[in-house]
Order: sequence, then C-alpha cells, then structure tokens
Amino acid sequence: MSTESFAILLSHGGGGEETWRLIRGLFLKYFSNPILNTLEDSAVVNLNPNAKGDFGGVTPFPLRTRIAFTTDSFTVSPLFFKGGNIGKLAVAGTVNDLSVIGAKPLYLSAGFIIEEGFPYPDLEKIVRGMAEEADSAGIKIVTGDTKVVPKGNADGLFINTSGIGEIIYEGLSSSNLKEGDAIIVSGTVGDHGASILALREEMRFDLDVESDCRCMWDLIEMVLLSGAKVHAMRDPTRGGLSAVLHEWAGQSGMGIEIEEENIPLKAPVRGLCEILGLDPLHLTSEGKVVFAVSEEDSDKVLEIVRSHPAGREAMVIGRVIRNPQKRVISKTSWGTKRPLEPPQGELLPRIC
Amino acid sequence: MDFLREFRDSSTVKGILKEIEKPSDTPLNIMEICGSHTHTIMRFGLDELLRGHINFIHGPGCPVCVMPKERIDHAIVLSRQEDIILATVGDMIRVPGSKGSLITERVKGGDIRIVYSPMDVLYIARDNPDKIVVYFAIGFETTTPATAVVMEGCIREEIKNILFHVNHVLVPPPIDAIMASGDVVIDAFIAPGHVSVITGAGVYRPIVEKYRTPMVICGFEPLDVLLGIWMILRQFREQRCEVEIQYKRAVRPEGNLKAQGLINRYLQLRESFRWRGIGDIPLSGMKIKDEFAHLDAEVIFKDLLPCELIDDHRLCKCGEILKGRLKPIDCSVFGTACTPQNPMGACMVSAEGACQAYYKYKQLPNYEH
Amino acid sequence: MCIAVPSKIIEINNSLATVDVYGARKEISLLLLPEEAKIGDYVLVHAGFAIQKVDEAAARDALNLLQELSEKMEEVNG
Repeated sequence: MSTESFAILLSHGGGGEETWRLIRGLFLKYFSNPILNTLEDSAVVNLNPNAKGDFGGVTPFPLRTRIAFTTDSFTVSPLFFKGGNIGKLAVAGTVNDLSVIGAKPLYLSAGFIIEEGFPYPDLEKIVRGMAEEADSAGIKIVTGDTKVVPKGNADGLFINTSGIGEIIYEGLSSSNLKEGDAIIVSGTVGDHGASILALREEMRFDLDVESDCRCMWDLIEMVLLSGAKVHAMRDPTRGGLSAVLHEWAGQSGMGIEIEEENIPLKAPVRGLCEILGLDPLHLTSEGKVVFAVSEEDSDKVLEIVRSHPAGREAMVIGRVIRNPQKRVISKTSWGTKRPLEPPQGELLPRIC
Repeated sequence: MDFLREFRDSSTVKGILKEIEKPSDTPLNIMEICGSHTHTIMRFGLDELLRGHINFIHGPGCPVCVMPKERIDHAIVLSRQEDIILATVGDMIRVPGSKGSLITERVKGGDIRIVYSPMDVLYIARDNPDKIVVYFAIGFETTTPATAVVMEGCIREEIKNILFHVNHVLVPPPIDAIMASGDVVIDAFIAPGHVSVITGAGVYRPIVEKYRTPMVICGFEPLDVLLGIWMILRQFREQRCEVEIQYKRAVRPEGNLKAQGLINRYLQLRESFRWRGIGDIPLSGMKIKDEFAHLDAEVIFKDLLPCELIDDHRLCKCGEILKGRLKPIDCSVFGTACTPQNPMGACMVSAEGACQAYYKYKQLPNYEH
Repeated sequence: MCIAVPSKIIEINNSLATVDVYGARKEISLLLLPEEAKIGDYVLVHAGFAIQKVDEAAARDALNLLQELSEKMEEVNG
C-alpha cells in the first residue's frame, strides 16, 4: 500500500476498521512488544522483575514497589525541527521527568490527537522517532489511544505521554537543598529553545544548533549509583534554567547564587539571544539535567557526568546559599551581582 | 574580532575602575539617556562598582516607557477592527493602555503580530491581501529609518494594504526639556550609541553648549560605558565641555546620511508630542508627510481613534525621577500600588525604566539605598 | 534603547545580505547601509537592517586605550 499521499481521516479515529488498520499498520509496526501486542484496554506490567504474575488475586505485599507516575502533553510547533520531532520529544520529555525523581523509566503510554488531513508519511516518521528513542532508553510503549479531530481543531498533532518508573533512589526533592550544595548542569543550556525559536515565522533565523532532545536516564543512573549525595534533580524544560533555579529557591527556602561565566552556552545560542535581547537562561533544554549535590560530592559528580557523551560540557555553575528572601542571584566575572529574572510567560524579541 | 567578549573582559574592567575611582569629594551625577545603557549598567553592576563616585540617573530613552496611554489605546482600537492586522515589535505588546494591553486584546481575538523587523510587515501584507496591515511604529532615531524604508517599499511596489501609525520620537528634545526645567542635578550625559549611528554627533551640540554639560556617545558593552565615563572625567579635568564619541567603531560624526535622507523623504516633525512622565515637548516626534497621508493610519482612521488624553495617577513621580530630582524609592507608590506587573507610570513600564530596575534590585540582601 | 549587534556578512544578494553572529544566521536588508558592503565586513544590525559598518581599526584603538588605562594603576603600584 502506498502511503506517500495518504492522509489521516476522521474515520481513523472512529474506532472501527480504519482505526485498527492504523494501529496494526503503524503503531504496532514500530512499538511492538509482548505487552502492547495484547491490545487490551490497559497494559498489565511487572514492576518487580521477580514477579511472575501467575498467582491470581491480590498481589502479596512484599512484591509491591514504589513507582513514579508522570504525564505530559506535547504541542510543539513546528512538529519537525533540527535534531528531532514531536514524537522524540514526547518520549524523551516523559522519560526525563521520571528520571529526575530517581525512577528508572519502564513503561510509557502514548495518546495521539491527530488533525484530519495530517499526512501519513509525517505520522510514520514521528512514530518511528518515538520507537527509536524508546529503544535507546530501554523503555516500552505499552498502551495508547488515537483520536482524529476535524481540520482546524488541532495544530497538526498533539501527543500525550504518561510514564511509570521504578524508584531506585529515594529522597530527591527541592526541599532537600542544603546550604553549600553545588549546582551542576550537564551541558549547554537553551539549545532546544533556541532551535525552535529560530524556526518561528517572524524570526527566520538559521542556527548552527539542533535540539538537544534526548533521554537522560543512562547519565542520571550513573550519578545515582555512584553513592554521591544528590539532593535534587530537574530537567530545565519550560522556562529554562531560570525556572528550575527559581522553583528550587522558592520550595527550599534557600537562595541560589550562580556564576554567569560558568554557564555552558553554545555560541549560536548566545548569538541569537544577543540579537533578540533574550536571556538564554529562559530557553528550554530537552536533554540536560540540573543537579543539586552535596558540596563534598561536587567534584565526583562532575567527573561522572563529564565521562558520559551527553555530559562532556558539564559545569558547576553555582551553589545554594542562605537567603531568607529566596533570591536567585547571578554574579558577573568581576563580582557584581544582580537578581536572575524569573521567566516571563512568553518569549518576546526586543529591538529596544 | 570577538567584539562582545573583548569589550566585556573582566580584568580590563577591574583595571579601568581604578582610573575612574580617583578621589572626588562628591559623586558625579551622570544621566545615561538610553534604556539599553540602563540595561548595561544594571546587568553588569556598573552602578554598584562605581557607588560613591558616579550616581547614575536613568533617562527617558525607552520608547515604550514614554508612550502615552492614549496612543497605546490607538493600537488597541485598531486591533479590534475586523479587517485589520496590527503589527508591532515585541517591546510594545505588554504595555498597558487605559484598559489592558495588546496581549489581552490578542486573547480576545485581535489579530496582533509581533515583528522582529519592520520589513516583515511587507510579507504579512502580501500573505493577507484581503486585510489591512497597520504597522504600529515605535522607537527613537535608530528605528525611524526602517519605517521609511518600508514606506518606500509600499510605494514602489504599489502595496495597497499597509498603513502606518507612527510614534517615532527624538532624543535631543526631551533632554532639552529636562534641562530647561531648571531643577535638575545632571553633571554630564552618556549619549545613546545606536541613535547616534543614525543622527551623528552634531544634534547634541546645542544642548551641550546651552547647558554646559559634557556628553560622550557610548557603545553598549561594559567597557564602552566605563571608557565613556573616563572620557567625561577627562573633560572635567581639562575643563572642556564637548560632545565626544567613545563609540568610534560605529558612530561617524556626520551619522548615516543615507538613513537621514530616507527619514526626511517620508516623515516630518510633529508640532508637539506628549511624553509620558514629561508632558508636551515641541518638535520631538515624527509623523508621515502630508503627501503620503494615504499611508497614515492616524489620518485614515481619524474618526475611530480616541483623542482623550490620559494622565498618570497624581501620585506618580516619574517626571521628577526622570530629571534626577527623586529616586524611585522616594515615590510613595513605588513597589506597592506601582509594580512591574501593574505599572502606574513610565519608569515602571519596562525593564529599562528606572523604577523597574530599582524594584528588581532593592530586595537584594546587600543592596544599599 | 536600541539593540544592534556586530554581525559578519557571509553572503550578499542585491539589497539583502546574510549575516552571522556566532553561528546564528539571518537575512537582513542593506537598504540603510551608507557604504558598499562586501563579504567579511562586520555591520551593526538593528531590527533587520544593517545601519553601519563596524570599523575594526577603531575598535582595536578603543581596546588598546582600555588596556593602557587598566595597566596604568598596576605600574604605579609597582
């Protein structure tokens, strides 16, 4: 069947023959695994690797495991960008949300809301991207849903992913930040945000930067299993690094002081921000982690992160300080300080 | 050459500071006219570094800050018309008029487009032939020539669906007005670098001669500003009073004659323009020349646009703050009724306004008033 | 009040040029530039227009003066 000129129709979301053809022909083709292939309404999964699931009735108490459960919806426009697409983003985003709470990501659901007329080849590319990213992270997409809405009612495609993971490291929370903790960022910030911004219609920039969209569990696992005292982790997505630091300060009751010169930035991201009058600390990263680790483990964690290919440019960017006003302060290389601006709702380019 | 890095080198900053910190009994009051200079000073902590030596007075060089509310209401009224697309620059859409901002209008369904460059207005018009695109033009002399270029583009290519609402203003007149008020405490000026790229240095000479206040045209990197201050101090030492150019890599004494020609071809001075916080200043704003009235949204939509003048609250002290007579903390509504989220006056409207800059800084633990 | 960044011209196409700022590239208009531009020139770009060429020699002079001034106190202090 030639799918080149094929477009998604309302009937594909109707639950009848066409829906099953889409599920079998596209989603099962790429996401196939024994759990998904049963095509039940809900996936039944083993959280405890030793459970065989053959006792019937209520599961005995010792076999329960603490799980993390998260959900996220993806509405990015444009759907395809340098370094990825909405599908890859949907998998990486939810995997990272699980990872930063100390949970080994295990299973994802994927719900699609597709606009009538959406080109099938594009949908296939997106689904393939999701499968590849899921494989690279060792997770399975085990359940899903498809809806098709009339033309104009969705911006091409919306994806929701929910995920569950098994907690392997307890105690990660912004309320656990301690005075003296080192703030470490795993690499250059703002890459994803800059690459998307450059594609916006009114901007028309060409950027030598691609989205850093990536599952970060493998890097995070290395840090967590090293024995280092990690107090909190976040991926700096919406609102960028600034959002994370402000949330951490607000929730911990501490202040945070960062050294401007130490923040890793790719040159084109810097260039874009200079031209548009934007702060790169407000731009999204989709493949980076911010760690708050105890002072004595700072060097060790930095070394571990840098040993990973996705963490080569990691830097200690600041530390947690005592500050009753819970300020986030940025220091220049000559010692002057200014408060770091919390992110605004919308990124607006300035000419003045 | 990596201009940004070289003009921000920290060891050079530390070194030149010592040259500026030479003993003087009372701090010198220097007004930086331009909002981008306020931004540089705040971002790099130059006011902190020079505390006790230089007192920075934040001038009126922020085109959104000085836009009177009634003209923002013009933009809002235009955006509410069914067949109009209102295009403007990012800085404008957050500023509230008398009943909300362009952001709130967009939520209600107004077709409001942000452009990075005025040239993009031509693309919007081409892609929407059945709508009228009104370009709400703001900015000082740096941005005015761009509007003239777009006007020329419209005329040359016979584009029939673009109109212009011109709010361009000039730098020298408000400085003259502030100094003429007589009760100012300004010893010298840091003049705007990019405005001067267009205008050249001559436009400031009358002010310098009339009020005997030295002026140095500076670039926007921290070392540009510090070198500019050093040049001001040198003028005082040598008992000179002149317009000097620190920003020689960009500013020519005659300015950009091509840009000046384009401005003069399509635009003319308004008799008067009302500046928020300052009041009416003669010959301080631009409008479209009469022969091009068919492109002027203020002419075409005359009957639609409100003409009621909207004053700021009587408790607003922006006028005095702009002259350097008061600091933001001397204003009774500063930080309470008047905040960046709910600005009551010009100085709180944008990040470059004195009051908003102070608002962000006064809560730092070691900030000294 | 005016953001303008030194940008390197990497391509010229009549009245349009592509400029590069650390790897961010954009097409801008040369209609306001008072002199002829060539590839490799640095121009100040404001709101999508090149408004002036950056005089690298003048930049070098300013940096030299700054260097001189910052070293002066070190000499005095020995």
